[in-house]
Amino acid sequence: MARVLLPRSVGEQYADGETEFEIAGTTVREIVRALDARIPGIGELIQETMAVAVDGEIFQDPYLEEVQPDSELFVLPKIGGGTVL
Amino acid sequence: MGEQSQNYKWIGKRTLRPDGPDKVTGRAKFGADLALPGMLHGRVLRSSHAHANIRGIDTSKAEALPGVKAVITGADFPNPGQGKMIAFGEGQLNYSDMARNVIAREKAFYDGHAVAAVAATSAAAAEEALSLIEVDYELLPHVIDVEAAMEPNAPVLHDNLFTDGVTPTPDKPSNIASRLEFNLGDVEAGFAKADAVVERKFTTQPVHQGYIEPHAVVAEATEDGQVRIWCSSQGAFMVRGNTAQALGMDMAQIRVTPAEIGGAFGGKTVIYLEPLAVRLSQKAGRPVRMVMSREEVFRGSGPTSGSAMEVKIGVTKDGKITAAQATLKFQAGAFQGSPAGPGAMCAFGPYDLENVNVVGYDVVVNRPKVAAYRAPGAPISEFAVESVLDEIAGKIGIDPLELRLKNGAKEGTQAAYGPKFGPIGYLETVEAAKAHEHYAAPLGPNQGRGVASGFWFNIGGESSASMQISEDGTATVLTGSPDIGGSRASMAIMAAEVLGIDVDKVRPIVADTNSVGYCFVTGGSRVTFATGMAVIQAAEDVVDQMRQRAAKEWDIPVDAVVWEDGCAKPAGSNAGDFEPMSMAEIAGNSARTGGPINGKGALNASGAGPGFGTHICDVEVDPETGRVTILRYTAVQDVGRAIHPGYVEGQLQGGVAQGIGWALNEEYIYDADGRLENPGFLDYRIPVASDLPMIEAVLLEVPNPRHPFGVRGVGEVPIIPPMAAVANAIANAVGARVPDLPISPPKLLAAIDAKGD
Repeated sequence: MARVLLPRSVGEQYADGETEFEIAGTTVREIVRALDARIPGIGELIQETMAVAVDGEIFQDPYLEEVQPDSELFVLPKIGGGTVL
Repeated sequence: MGEQSQNYKWIGKRTLRPDGPDKVTGRAKFGADLALPGMLHGRVLRSSHAHANIRGIDTSKAEALPGVKAVITGADFPNPGQGKMIAFGEGQLNYSDMARNVIAREKAFYDGHAVAAVAATSAAAAEEALSLIEVDYELLPHVIDVEAAMEPNAPVLHDNLFTDGVTPTPDKPSNIASRLEFNLGDVEAGFAKADAVVERKFTTQPVHQGYIEPHAVVAEATEDGQVRIWCSSQGAFMVRGNTAQALGMDMAQIRVTPAEIGGAFGGKTVIYLEPLAVRLSQKAGRPVRMVMSREEVFRGSGPTSGSAMEVKIGVTKDGKITAAQATLKFQAGAFQGSPAGPGAMCAFGPYDLENVNVVGYDVVVNRPKVAAYRAPGAPISEFAVESVLDEIAGKIGIDPLELRLKNGAKEGTQAAYGPKFGPIGYLETVEAAKAHEHYAAPLGPNQGRGVASGFWFNIGGESSASMQISEDGTATVLTGSPDIGGSRASMAIMAAEVLGIDVDKVRPIVADTNSVGYCFVTGGSRVTFATGMAVIQAAEDVVDQMRQRAAKEWDIPVDAVVWEDGCAKPAGSNAGDFEPMSMAEIAGNSARTGGPINGKGALNASGAGPGFGTHICDVEVDPETGRVTILRYTAVQDVGRAIHPGYVEGQLQGGVAQGIGWALNEEYIYDADGRLENPGFLDYRIPVASDLPMIEAVLLEVPNPRHPFGVRGVGEVPIIPPMAAVANAIANAVGARVPDLPISPPKLLAAIDAKGD
């Protein structure tokens, strides 16, 4: 089971304050879908506005990246010029 | 320079800049240089009110003026609706806000907000037409300061803006667009273990990127529905996509040709004039050129955020940080989307900490919508953190670089924002700074020395490249990444290294949107890393084809052909006895072996290596006037691998120069009605050459293992440490700290007076 961590503000808004989850999956897509099944709406949030770090490597458009059973995934805001308008 | 670069033929060499001759001779064509037959002059009418409802706009008198061919308002564009933030490459984008920022609809949100535009046969006629447009404004109370905007009774800019990131979602709109929070460990327990705690408040001002070339565009719409745009931007594909969205067009109908770019620094990752010029051209049936004046650049385009911040750090008496906390309030301008997120994530980025809490707020105010500016958000938050660290070092009597060494991040450190770092070179930068002769040089009266560090993620992202091999074996490399920092030289060097030919046999081109595959904007310090990898892919593709062609010529398996020094060679004696075959020979015979040889590369690059730097600054303060002179400056940075060291050094020097301006001089001054009072370089003072010493750049190379040549982004880290390095140097010179940027002479004199010396 991969370990998935959310920023506190996301956890408070979407998951009753919970920020750490154990999720089974072999890709980021599977993990996010499983997380969304548990916390409806969070999948769309991650897909549209968040990046995911898998074992330290940050993916701005996370989708098909491989996840190992002992992987650690951090959900975090997309990085960069966050001010594009 | 690192020793590893010596193993390469071209990587690490200071080759001539491919675009250099055109730029030094004035031949280079910038955004305003293009002229088309029958071209009209476009001008923008801008609000002079900070906050007002637009009850109506009467353009009839302007339209009747001789020479006027088109007048447009927000009503000439699709209804932007009420959109939400969506992913957009390195950041987020709200198309509804974007459309309203390009031209006002129901409201004018800031002094300088575009409300109408005209196209006329002469600039004079266009200017006169602007004066004939009658806008019926209903003035509203406005708010400029970020903390004032967060007050419960503040004028609310958007009735549909409810703070995101809080539970429960508020039932009343406010100017606080969002709140975000990052946590690591237990900060209260960490502070309880501290022997010393320093807690301070800071403010910074919005500062403009200060690019010398104003925004400029030429647009030509034809009767078949096609549109061509020539403009200066950080991304032709960004211009195409956003303009199509604003106008309700298909992207395939728009072809954007990147002009040469005269500075950007993040400020040209957005559109302002392009949809206006296209709509005017569609209405008038003629090409339209629009060029912002310097005043318009200041009033109508985005700087980076101003801020109000609180930082608290606890430390043991032997220098171990036990807890760190920050509250960051960033103003976004008139629409949500400040860099509060990256600011919060970077605040404690250089450090290996157990207990961290960072809260960020994104707050709208009646100023121009902020745009990206080198490492968006990081220079602001890290200024506050690095200032507090300097004070802590003094308080416990430890060398400030030693304090950083004791707490510095290294491979395996869990960043305060979550993930663990891979191979990074932060501690190397601190050690190099500490060992540098500058750090031990004597200081005179009224002089002080400051140090500070900086961290920025760097990004990858989507890039494409194509490579065409000419019949004589020379190569043309096409990418869609505008060259704002010498990237054409880097692309040529990396291509030449892979191909094994001389770099002057490679011609790098920044192509238009119909001539090359998609490239995300030049930003996030991504181009040499990500577009560079696409170029490497394209070159490797060419090498594979060259081997295949040689194998056909020699009638041996392709696996028996290797590529060395720009030639195909038999892999060994068993492969056959053939003389090496050069690219020119293979290309010259390509018609008989399969036709033209073209390579391609396309990827969404991940694995960008984080960047770190440590700076040393010496200042002298005139105690009578408060004037600060920068005496000496050294910038040390882990650059991964310097593909072209000269241009990497230039990135460091440029970032430092901009940071010094941010620290000492630059600020927007608004009057009581919310009108900008200093929209020009005479009154908004960026540093000039005579303000600065030679800035010494020290390049350390800790290669990024995720890039074939070890590249890390380098363009953004250098602007992060200067504000704190300067502020710390001033504090050490006069014994008093100014926590509010810019550290202008009046503020510094007041701090000196308050100290009572």
